Amino acid sequence: MIKGNFIDNLPKIYGIYTGGFIAFIIIMAIGENLGMTKDAIGICFVGFTIFIYAAIGWLSRTAQASNYYVAGRQVPTVFNGMATAADWMSGASFVAMAGGIYFKGYGYMALLVGWTGGYVLVATLLAPYLRKFGCYTVPDFIGTRYGGNGARLMAVIVLTVASFTYVTAQITATGRIASVALNLEFELAVYVGLASILLCSMLGGMRGVTWTQVAQYIVLIIAYLLPVFWISNNIGAGFFPHFMLADEVARIGELEQMAGLGTDAYKNSAADMAALPEWKKLAGITKAHSEVNASPWQFISLALAMMMGTASLPHVMMRYFTTPSVKAARKSVGWSVFFIFLLYSSAPMLATLSKLALIDPELSTGIIGKSIAEVQALDWYQNWNQAKLMVVQDMGQKDGILQLNELFMNGDAVVLATPEIAGLPYVISGLVAAGGLAAAMSTADGLILAIANAISHDVYYKMIDPKAETAKRLIVARVLLVVFGVAGATIAALQLTGILGAVIWAFDFAMSGLFWPLVLGVWWKRANKEGAIAGMLLGLLSGTAYLVYMESGGTAILGLTSATFGILGSTVSLIAMVVVSLATSAPNSATQKMVDDCRVPSGASVISGQK
Amino acid sequence: MSKNAQHWEKTRGLLFITLAIWAVFSMGIFLFGAQMNEVTGPFGYPLTYWFTCQGSLAIFVILIFWFSNRQEKIDEEFGFSEKGDD
Repeated sequence: MIKGNFIDNLPKIYGIYTGGFIAFIIIMAIGENLGMTKDAIGICFVGFTIFIYAAIGWLSRTAQASNYYVAGRQVPTVFNGMATAADWMSGASFVAMAGGIYFKGYGYMALLVGWTGGYVLVATLLAPYLRKFGCYTVPDFIGTRYGGNGARLMAVIVLTVASFTYVTAQITATGRIASVALNLEFELAVYVGLASILLCSMLGGMRGVTWTQVAQYIVLIIAYLLPVFWISNNIGAGFFPHFMLADEVARIGELEQMAGLGTDAYKNSAADMAALPEWKKLAGITKAHSEVNASPWQFISLALAMMMGTASLPHVMMRYFTTPSVKAARKSVGWSVFFIFLLYSSAPMLATLSKLALIDPELSTGIIGKSIAEVQALDWYQNWNQAKLMVVQDMGQKDGILQLNELFMNGDAVVLATPEIAGLPYVISGLVAAGGLAAAMSTADGLILAIANAISHDVYYKMIDPKAETAKRLIVARVLLVVFGVAGATIAALQLTGILGAVIWAFDFAMSGLFWPLVLGVWWKRANKEGAIAGMLLGLLSGTAYLVYMESGGTAILGLTSATFGILGSTVSLIAMVVVSLATSAPNSATQKMVDDCRVPSGASVISGQK
Repeated sequence: MSKNAQHWEKTRGLLFITLAIWAVFSMGIFLFGAQMNEVTGPFGYPLTYWFTCQGSLAIFVILIFWFSNRQEKIDEEFGFSEKGDD
């Protein structure tokens, strides 16, 4: 069926794959009509997609170092864009983002701006130059540019701290979805999830991860967009929600005002709130949907922290090492943000649709204004109440009628429950589970690979055993992959997510340690080894110290919170790096030549000229 | 000035322009978030709300493609461009 070179046939292969996946959704829909149970549909969706990813992982197996570390540097721009988007959008983006917007509104939307705007920094400051450098990992760049094992090791440490903070949350998400869809205990499901994650990356390394991430992007974007469009049509909000929800946004504002949002009467008493079940992350609507509810600095500092963090996260940066050229690396960043934009611009639309469907009494799905007993008798309410994601409770005067301030949800319910609330068939819920799983798995794969590659390449090969043969290096890389995967899963199984689930911290850790050493490595020739080590060390330490200070109840300095501690860390890092660099001698002429070379897009990679 | 130095000067110029546009739409406009939200933006959404959920995001996508084309032109001018691959 497929003739010739694999790369040339990519559009055809993924075209067939997309068609096959849509056909699978249709078969499941027919199955549902013929009486397939919900459990069976869930198992089919999760099982079928994991099987496909594992098959791609198997077909991409390799014994070559350049395939294992950088997918042979032949990934075309558009496909690398898709893979980066899947790498980037985590289980949290998929499941929790719309919920965050639903409850927190404007203040939370700084994340949308930050998590896309960061790619402008990636495209202009870093990706093309690091691609020209020709390194296998991010610490490889730091180690070669600044020289010496000290800088290299420090970069590995920052990378591991940031990525490991992030990966545990992803394995937890994978486990949670697998446990619901496959009806397993969570502690067991975490390891099932891990096994599927490792199937994609162990045999083929970056090559395997690249081609599964493209497949995962296709699943997750279909799983996100299809329900958004369908719900919008079902509640009569318009066939293309992105351009047509202005009236709905205004209507939510009206309803909020009618309910007295923001007034004292709207606030529930502490005694009433204490009567709520103690489920995780249960929240009511307390912020206006489309009003500006954060100070400029709150918004800008969060956006800035996420943007600089984006440009410092190694699992994203290493995706641009896989393109065929410098030019392709630049363009590929554009495609990445385009594919991310498709999902991120839909999240606020989903939040709007979900909120309106629930709170507008004029819609058949609306529950506000109905009697509480009536709402409690609804099928979907009982399902999501049992899943501990939703509760209605009479408060204040206890009039038996549901008011806006008496509806409480876990943010995840916005993505998970809205299809059912809006009357979509169960097959959509199965699809959403498959999408969430794809999002969590693809990010987990990228992160574990980033950690294992840095330790196998930079610590083992470059520092411990430089004469190791390729076969031995790849065995070490794979053993480390399993070790870090199991470590992540073990921590995930302990369910410490309250502490470790903080995805945002990963961005702050990364920018505290890595942003300036990476950027100045390209843009400031005078930056030297001593400066870089000081920058990484003091940046990471000061950022971490501030986080500990904030988490132990400290008052915020300059409005920086535990979500934006990276701004402090990276400022300390910049100052330390500049001061120490200037106080010590300039880098030698070979290093300066290396920087000059990496600024010229054409020609052989900088590293290949080094040995 | 050597060819490399001229190339780098132009590259740096493009960087500053790109980062200036980036700073305006990722941070600058949100200094006036509250005032701007009183204005009706594209498709009838409140303007600040529209920027956070579509406007700024779309501008970043366009900005990166624009930047990479401009950089490509600079590289071609100095004969530093690679051929063929996309």
